[in-house]
Amino acid sequence: MSTKRPKSTTTTSKGKDKKADESSAGSVAGSGHPNDILPLTLTSATQELFGCRCDEDVTGDNPYKILRKEDIVQDMRMRAAVSDFSPMKQLVLDYPEDELLLVYDRDFIYGSSFYLVLTADAKERHLKPVVALGVEVALEREPSEVFATQKTSEPQPWISLGSEQEIEEESVTDSRPRLKYRISRVRREFGAPIFFSDRNAMETKDGFIECTPYQDKNFSLKQMERHTGVQTIPNLKSSSTQTQWTYPRSMCTQYEPREFSEEKKENCLQSEKLKNFVNSVASRFEMAIQQNEIMDVFFDDWKALSEEDSGYGRKADPHLKEYQSFTDLHFSKEKTISNINWHPTINGVIAVAVTERLSFEDRINGSTKLLLNPSLILFWSFSDPINPQLLLECPDDVFSFEFCPSDPNIIVGGCMNGQVVLWDISTHVEQLQGTRTSGGKNIAANTNALQGFEDKRENETPVVRYCAVSGIENGHKAPITDIQWLPGTFEVSRMGVPMENKNGICVQIVTCAPDCCVMFWDIRAPRVLQTMADQRKQKVEEKPLENPHGVPNTFKHLDLTWKPLIRVSLPKIDTSGEYSPLKISLRDNTCDNHTGSNADRAHLNAERSEVAPEYALLRVPSAKQLKPLEDICTRLYAGTEDGELVYTDWKLEKDNDSGRLFSAKPSHRFIIHDGQVNTVRRSPFFKDIILTVGGWTFAIWKEGVTNGPIIQSSCSQKKCTVGYWSQSRPAVLFIGKEDGNIDVWDLLEKTHEPSQTQNITATQITCIKPWIVSSKQHLLAVSDHLGTLHILEIPWTLRSPSSNEKLSMSKYFEKEVDRLVYFEKRREMRAKEKKDYEAEELRKKTEPIIPEKQVEQILEEAMKEYEDYLSLERVILKEMGLLPDTDKVDI
Amino acid sequence: VTVLIHHCILYKKAEVEETLKRIQGQKGVQGIIIVNAEGIPIKTTLDNSSTVQYAGLIHQLVMKARSTVRDIDPQNDLTFLRVRSKKNEIMIAPDKDYFLIVIQNPSD
Repeated sequence: MSTKRPKSTTTTSKGKDKKADESSAGSVAGSGHPNDILPLTLTSATQELFGCRCDEDVTGDNPYKILRKEDIVQDMRMRAAVSDFSPMKQLVLDYPEDELLLVYDRDFIYGSSFYLVLTADAKERHLKPVVALGVEVALEREPSEVFATQKTSEPQPWISLGSEQEIEEESVTDSRPRLKYRISRVRREFGAPIFFSDRNAMETKDGFIECTPYQDKNFSLKQMERHTGVQTIPNLKSSSTQTQWTYPRSMCTQYEPREFSEEKKENCLQSEKLKNFVNSVASRFEMAIQQNEIMDVFFDDWKALSEEDSGYGRKADPHLKEYQSFTDLHFSKEKTISNINWHPTINGVIAVAVTERLSFEDRINGSTKLLLNPSLILFWSFSDPINPQLLLECPDDVFSFEFCPSDPNIIVGGCMNGQVVLWDISTHVEQLQGTRTSGGKNIAANTNALQGFEDKRENETPVVRYCAVSGIENGHKAPITDIQWLPGTFEVSRMGVPMENKNGICVQIVTCAPDCCVMFWDIRAPRVLQTMADQRKQKVEEKPLENPHGVPNTFKHLDLTWKPLIRVSLPKIDTSGEYSPLKISLRDNTCDNHTGSNADRAHLNAERSEVAPEYALLRVPSAKQLKPLEDICTRLYAGTEDGELVYTDWKLEKDNDSGRLFSAKPSHRFIIHDGQVNTVRRSPFFKDIILTVGGWTFAIWKEGVTNGPIIQSSCSQKKCTVGYWSQSRPAVLFIGKEDGNIDVWDLLEKTHEPSQTQNITATQITCIKPWIVSSKQHLLAVSDHLGTLHILEIPWTLRSPSSNEKLSMSKYFEKEVDRLVYFEKRREMRAKEKKDYEAEELRKKTEPIIPEKQVEQILEEAMKEYEDYLSLERVILKEMGLLPDTDKVDI
Repeated sequence: VTVLIHHCILYKKAEVEETLKRIQGQKGVQGIIIVNAEGIPIKTTLDNSSTVQYAGLIHQLVMKARSTVRDIDPQNDLTFLRVRSKKNEIMIAPDKDYFLIVIQNPSD
């Protein structure tokens, strides 16, 4: 319509009636109510009639009631003047609409309980006041700028919502009026002096008020929350435990390697795979082996060079230096030394066999005198060059003797009368050992103490009598020239078959003599087939026998009844008769290596530390109990009186007819020397190399080579009387001469003459024996015909081997063997050639003379040859396919 | 010409014995042993105890050497092994099924 009056805010419809808006509208009626409403009072009957009873149909909350105009008109007609609506009859009739609004005025704002809204606009306004406001305000703002009369909101009175209560509580106000006191001092005390005094606060009660501290529980806070970091780690636990060790138990396992049976091996060998494998692999091997052969890549040439150099520096004196010499005026006067032996275990003790220096005839003539002068073996010690330490008494002159290798207290010797003698020096061994160390001091010490008692022993050299001697009938008939112990590794049975030696010690001896016999002796008691009773009786009888002459009972069982085990004869090969051996050499022997190093001797000493075996209790076992040894060589070399070297087998054979045991004929015999063979010795480095010395020459043989000696020296000016290999150098040997010279032969240096010659003594040298005391000291014992024993020291050049000396020597020997073989072959070849030549000659003589050919014949033959040649050429060309095409048709 | 080829084949398939003799005849060769893959000797020129000892010990050594070579390079394989000592040289040629051991003393 025209002006739309902004409505005043009607706030909440909660009851508070805000009809003041009508008044603000401006056109306020004078009566206090606006024009378009008419206050009226309605009776309760009217109220009931129109359904607008107070506080029932219309309330404060719902004050509006819509009345129909017709109803009002009707009411007015019916009740005319009584009707409440009569004053406004005209107004009602003028009302344009059908319905009129009746508003309950509860608070009597317009003076009556109800009022009637007269205009439709007002009705509209009443019914829709609030909504219209908001909408109208919104509507007002946007479209119209015209409304300059926008009124700012006026301040409204404070509507309290209760917040001032809190403020009131907080504010401090006097709850009661303040009390006022006035305190003043008495006037007369103004300005008076003041007196202070002390007063202990503790005296009076309540003198002080203290505020004791106390633990206020309010402040002991329990920390309910705590902020910490945590890290997880693996759980480590270290602990130990001990196992119970009950008892040790020894256990062992025996196993053997897996092997194939023979058939399986055969199968494998035949298989194709193996063939292929071997063929493929062989070439690699051949290459490798050839490489090795061509050159040894790992050989240190530099080092090898230096070894030779060190030799040159010390080459000062190659001569044998005299170390000591022994001679005894009493015992060896007018005598000669036949044999020397170093004591195997005691250092510095050497034994010599002293024999008469008489010819056979003189012996016979002076035999009575000889009987009074017993023959002796002297023991010399380095500590005492004048007096021998020990004397061994012999029944007759001893030409050879040996220490037992397994028991150096036992010495066996062979006498001139063919007897074999045994000594036991165990009682005197300490004395021998004792005197070794500084004999001079010993004497001095002894002279101080107990002179009266010691004298006798010192001045007299002890004499040991032989404890057993062989029976004369069964022994040799000629002086025993060679005697050796058999090694303790085997023993020989009655048939000569080598058996295993259960004793482990040397129990057998082999001897030879020019009576053409080689004999084997056993130092054990022979197996006696007796009953037990007899044996016991014999033993009982033996005990009360005392030791005559202080001779030990070691070999009592042998004394005077000793018989040889085997007697080997050496029948001549071609003729009848026998060879007479002077020296023998067995392959497994104890002689050639017994001058061994300290290690061997220590070993020997260790073995000997056990109690010396009771020889009397040993018995010769039956041959059936022992096992024969296969690898012992039963052949021996024997050098004879006639300068021959005989190679024979000692095994006895049984003659089927007579049942007697006899020796087979020697297999080989070599005539080589011009005089008696005085030395047959094997090299300590090569078991099959033998040295023989005799006459004016010496020869070296190889066992198995039967053509002859592989080396033979030229004839020397003087007779060679003895020879010996060097113990430390394979290529060196010593030859003793008739004139007292020692020839040192170094076979690698020169073989036509000795490397050096040195004169030792004026007379013939009878024996040479080297000995290795230590690596720095090698000694050579040389005895001469006058009975003097010389000890010489071998210089460095002669005792230290050059590099590969053994190898070189073995190569040299091989070469010599090849030479021999070659010579043999050549000889045969020459013989054959000669034969062929002679046959040829013979044939030529007996052939008929062929007539000369004619010239035409020759021409004819030439033509024919040419034709043949042409055809041959054709054939070849055809085969090779080189012929021209035309010829192919000819086929 | 066909005759010639046939002859070659025959020559190549030489007997095991001959080949071994040829190797044995070389200078310084002390012994030959043929061992199968498990270490059991099949043929030997030495005595039994030495053979068995050599076979057992060398078999282990060859296995070790071969595994070493093959670990480094799986395409590779051991063809020949030479063990040089002060006194002699041991040469071993391994194969799939067998190996051949030769002991030589080169300075002889």
